[in-house]
Amino acid sequence: MSERLQLLVADDNSTDRMILEAILRRLGHDVLAADNGEQAIQLFIDKHPDMVLLDVMMPGLDGIATARRLRELAGEELVPIIFVTSLHAVSDLTACLDAGGDDFISKPYNPTILKAKLNAFTRTRLLHKEVQAQREFLIQEQRMAKAIFDNIAHHGVLNAPNIRYRISPMSIFNGDVLVAARQPSGDLLVLLGDFTGHGLPAAIGTLPLSEIFHGMAGKGFSLEYILREINTKLKNVLPTGVFCCATAACLSYRGRSIEVWAGGLPDGVIFNRRSRELRQIASSHLPLGILSDRDFKYEPTLFEMSEGDLVYLWSDGIVETANAKGEQFGLERVLALFNASADGAGVFDGVLAAVQDFSADGRQQDDHTLIEIALAPGAEGFEHPASARRKLAPSALGPQRWQLHYELKADSLRQFDPVPMLTHVFLQVPGLRQHGGKVNTILSELFSNALEHGVLGLSSALKADAHGFHQYYQLRAERLQALQEGYVNVTAEHEPKAGGGGVLTLTVQDSGQGFDCAALPGDQGNPKFYGRGMILVSSLCQRVQYLEPGNQVTVEFAWDDA
Amino acid sequence: MSILASGSPDGKELTIKVKGRFDFSAHQEFRSAYESAPDSMNSFIVDLRDATYLDSSALGMLLLLRDHAGGDTAHVRIVNCNPDVRKILTISNFEQLFSIM
Repeated sequence: MSERLQLLVADDNSTDRMILEAILRRLGHDVLAADNGEQAIQLFIDKHPDMVLLDVMMPGLDGIATARRLRELAGEELVPIIFVTSLHAVSDLTACLDAGGDDFISKPYNPTILKAKLNAFTRTRLLHKEVQAQREFLIQEQRMAKAIFDNIAHHGVLNAPNIRYRISPMSIFNGDVLVAARQPSGDLLVLLGDFTGHGLPAAIGTLPLSEIFHGMAGKGFSLEYILREINTKLKNVLPTGVFCCATAACLSYRGRSIEVWAGGLPDGVIFNRRSRELRQIASSHLPLGILSDRDFKYEPTLFEMSEGDLVYLWSDGIVETANAKGEQFGLERVLALFNASADGAGVFDGVLAAVQDFSADGRQQDDHTLIEIALAPGAEGFEHPASARRKLAPSALGPQRWQLHYELKADSLRQFDPVPMLTHVFLQVPGLRQHGGKVNTILSELFSNALEHGVLGLSSALKADAHGFHQYYQLRAERLQALQEGYVNVTAEHEPKAGGGGVLTLTVQDSGQGFDCAALPGDQGNPKFYGRGMILVSSLCQRVQYLEPGNQVTVEFAWDDA
Repeated sequence: MSILASGSPDGKELTIKVKGRFDFSAHQEFRSAYESAPDSMNSFIVDLRDATYLDSSALGMLLLLRDHAGGDTAHVRIVNCNPDVRKILTISNFEQLFSIM
């Protein structure tokens, strides 16, 4: 331990000071000398000594005051201050320590004791430097990690005009995740998650979750498939005991429904601005990452979507914020804010402000995750925002001229939705991906008509009112579950056009009774047969033709390479 | 926070009593309580009568216990929950995995 130190000595008594300087120099150190407090401070500023030996009793600025000032100047750095003193009273020595002194040495000086103290402090300084370096390193690592996380767990369509959200900037390190995406059909998917634990281990789970979410949503997979996949992945990669509480919602503008799966987070809310009706979204599932795929349940709550609905989801940070008395903010207070608001405007800011006012240490409202989704009319657009954002380079290679025939019989219809997979196959045509949303919409509409009206015999007239809405979906589930016979088959064909682009011809046939399609061609204004969906399909396709007895329809979708 | 483990007279059932805040600080002790129990113990009771608070790391510890006790075939009962503790278990739907009384 023979590091050459630069030491500052301050003593108004020149004899004492010179003796000390001599001892220190003989120990191999460099010495700066001051005979009063102000001079000591100036030398400290100019020369940055490694340690300071300070006499307590000095005229003018005494040792105690000097020590305080030196401490301030040192800041984060560890600069040991040793008081040299002839004082022995405990109260005096205590005052020295309180002022920021680290140790004492009494006059007359004992060189051995002095050497021992200097060595001890040198070790401490080195340790301190090491700790600081490690901390800097960790902070740098975290910054990099956060940048990577931000790219993967990107916000998707969270910046849409009908969405307001707040996510803690440090959410990555408290395990919160918020993602949203539009499916090719135009449906909006949102997932709010909260991983258990803190720091990087809690954050790591957000990576596979986001990848799976965005990847599958973009391909048109339903919320059930996505959650199932995420659950299995998390179960496999996370250690037992680590899981993700989450609420996920699918807002289907065409189906006019909000489907919500909630597992482990406090109740969310659907508040209607006009009727002031408040519907709670309660957690009814185990959090993600606990159950095996076989045991995973998808039993969502279905809400009918109305004009003026606002969907609110939050992580438990909001509900659990505690005040000085240790009381939690609680769900009741949040609900009271909704009930007290006139039209829902300002609830978002109101909740954040109320929580901040309530919290014990005025904790930043930044620490919470909260999302508000307003149902914007005209949110029906199926232009996949991602395709605008991500300039998809059409692949030069791919199948341009092909035909396929796909038939699903009853037992497969019960368990499998072929639309995402078939859409994916169709979109292998070079350049067709730009029109992915339209292709998916067309196939989706034709398939669901074939299944629901054709095979299951449901009438869309049932969906006309609120009660009928639930009845329709319940009946759909029951009849599908009980299905023993029936089929839907899809025939698709693609031909390229001379100048670029092509024509996709789709024929969907079902085993149902069909209906009177004599009235149809050009009868697009008749919702009894067409429904909103078929009007849309007609507007997208250059030809729509029903074949007797009405259980088969062929459409032609022509597209150009933009 | 303290953990007290006691076995039944027939050596088949282990009761783990958690007192105070059941949070991350309980991790080591809770784990040793069931890991050091003899293999003859095949049934577990977690007594939360004196537990004042339960957080997500406690839920994680319960999952670890369940895993240790055989996963899907485990016999783990959680008893004497006060309303706050009950509420946390309900929101997480843990009654789908544990017998809660």
